Amino acid sequence: MTGLVTGLAAEAPLTAGPGRRALGAARLLLSRPGLLVSVVVVLLALTAAFLPGLFTSGDPLAAAPARSLLPPGPGHPFGTDQLGRDLFTRVVYGAGPSLKVTVVAVAAGVVLGGLLGLVAGLAVRWLDDVIARVIEVLLAVPSLLLSLTLVTALGSGTVNVALAVGLANVAGFARIMRAEVLRVRTSAYVEAAEAFGARRHSVLLRHVLPNAYGPLLAVATLSTGTAVLAVAALGFLGYGAAPPAPEWGALVAQGRDYLSSAWWLTTMPGLTVAAVALAVNRIARAEGEWAGLR
Amino acid sequence: MTRRDMARYLARRLAQAALVLWAAFTLSFIVLYLLPGDPIEIMTGGGASGDAVDPAQIAALRHEYGFDRPLAVQYLDRLAAALHGDFGRSVTSGVPVLGLIRTGLPATLTLTGLAVALAVPAGAGLALLATYTRTPRLRRLLLSLPSLGVALPTFWVGLVLLQVVSFRLRLLPSAGDAGPAAQVLPAVTLAVPAAAALAQVLARGLDNVLRDPYVETAHAKGAGRLRVHLRHVAPNAVIPALTLLGLVIGELMTNAVVVETVFSRDGLGRITATAVGAEDIPVVQGVVVVSAVVIVLVNLLVDLAYPLLDPRIVLGGRAS
Repeated sequence: MTGLVTGLAAEAPLTAGPGRRALGAARLLLSRPGLLVSVVVVLLALTAAFLPGLFTSGDPLAAAPARSLLPPGPGHPFGTDQLGRDLFTRVVYGAGPSLKVTVVAVAAGVVLGGLLGLVAGLAVRWLDDVIARVIEVLLAVPSLLLSLTLVTALGSGTVNVALAVGLANVAGFARIMRAEVLRVRTSAYVEAAEAFGARRHSVLLRHVLPNAYGPLLAVATLSTGTAVLAVAALGFLGYGAAPPAPEWGALVAQGRDYLSSAWWLTTMPGLTVAAVALAVNRIARAEGEWAGLR
Repeated sequence: MTRRDMARYLARRLAQAALVLWAAFTLSFIVLYLLPGDPIEIMTGGGASGDAVDPAQIAALRHEYGFDRPLAVQYLDRLAAALHGDFGRSVTSGVPVLGLIRTGLPATLTLTGLAVALAVPAGAGLALLATYTRTPRLRRLLLSLPSLGVALPTFWVGLVLLQVVSFRLRLLPSAGDAGPAAQVLPAVTLAVPAAAALAQVLARGLDNVLRDPYVETAHAKGAGRLRVHLRHVAPNAVIPALTLLGLVIGELMTNAVVVETVFSRDGLGRITATAVGAEDIPVVQGVVVVSAVVIVLVNLLVDLAYPLLDPRIVLGGRAS
């Protein structure tokens, strides 16, 4: 807290530029080790998702029966599974399907929810009322239940899981966007812009969207944390990637049969999911504090 | 509030509840029946043996389940049937949906109840202790626990508990439905994220109330710290946590899908997990509506509890 305040105080008298802002962000990170670790964890996970070869030279599907069910140790930091596949390699390659699905899910939620909220906030009264009621009902339904319903309708598979998790979060984004549109639309400066004869859609683009962007981003980060967990849960239940693929939730499910003999098969991928979710939540909290201070 | 006001309030709330249930039914119909995917093809074994199914047979089945009629007709038919408690039959097993749900519901509701019974004292205790302690380090530690609890994958918590408590220490049975001992680990697993969420909201509420001037007044008049904390501060901070509890109970019921799978227990969650995998649309819709009924009832109870905790709250929104 104090680190953030002094960081901002030091920054305040200077003119704000991209370089200054980056410096401020760096200072903020250094003053908070927890946040720094979180950013590093997320960056590592994202790198693994797109460039798994940087972390391991192994093949996630290469079996070596002679080295099956080895506990974590030199050569195999996470141990090996029943077919002798290196678990660390599988977890690294699992970042791809797990995180890409999460990112697609959140993006789908933000875009669709944002549009829905925008339409509600700008629409005629009755349409706004209908959308607001639908949002309310959707918010009352547990998101896992919504995701499961969508998986039933769409079928299993990675793309469908992404859509299911994303659509289940639409209501939250729609609510934020609608509230922001209503707030900005009735603010004095937008009224002034309209009084000066600005067209409606230009008011929308110039004033409403940039203002709604901040809160929407904070909620998007927060729901990325829950989306990581939701995607892993659906993968664990067997609705995600097909078996040999190393998705994190599916890895835990595959390790279930060796629970009493090979603890690392469930523990390591599970810890990975927890670490990423924790790190994303930590960053979301910092964003919230930052937005609150501004 | 007079008895008549109360009756009027309840009538209005029940009408609202009916509207929400209709919305849940309609939304689930839209999602399940309008999105691509053919239950009859799945039923006749789309992937498994896919080739040897007679098209006439498929048409007959489609007719039998009513999938060949216009959607509006299907919707009204299903809505009318659902009002009589008929959600159709399972596409995979042919069993009536409501009967199937009824076999699983008691076990899942018991599990949910146990989880709530664990989560409420754990979450409340954590929040009260974190805001009461004067040791900054202990406070920081206690306040970091909920964010950890929220970030742990439920299925993984269950598996770790199984590993440590059942296999390593051999304290509790690992799976199945045998006796109350088998309920402990599933209930704890289910309670972890709920307790964490409750603790977060309650701690924030307590911190806010602690800044109110009346707290200082109470201290100045000589009330002890503990007394002020429990008698003066806690009752005023509990309302947001209560609202959250209403939401959490629905989440717990849904999370039973994961927990019952981890612990191989029978219940509504297992039925749901199987139905989702088999794309058994009628069963999933039945589960959605039954869950909505539970959620609506819980929220009604929560709303009725508000005035008991805070006499300033008047049901129906207007002071009489």
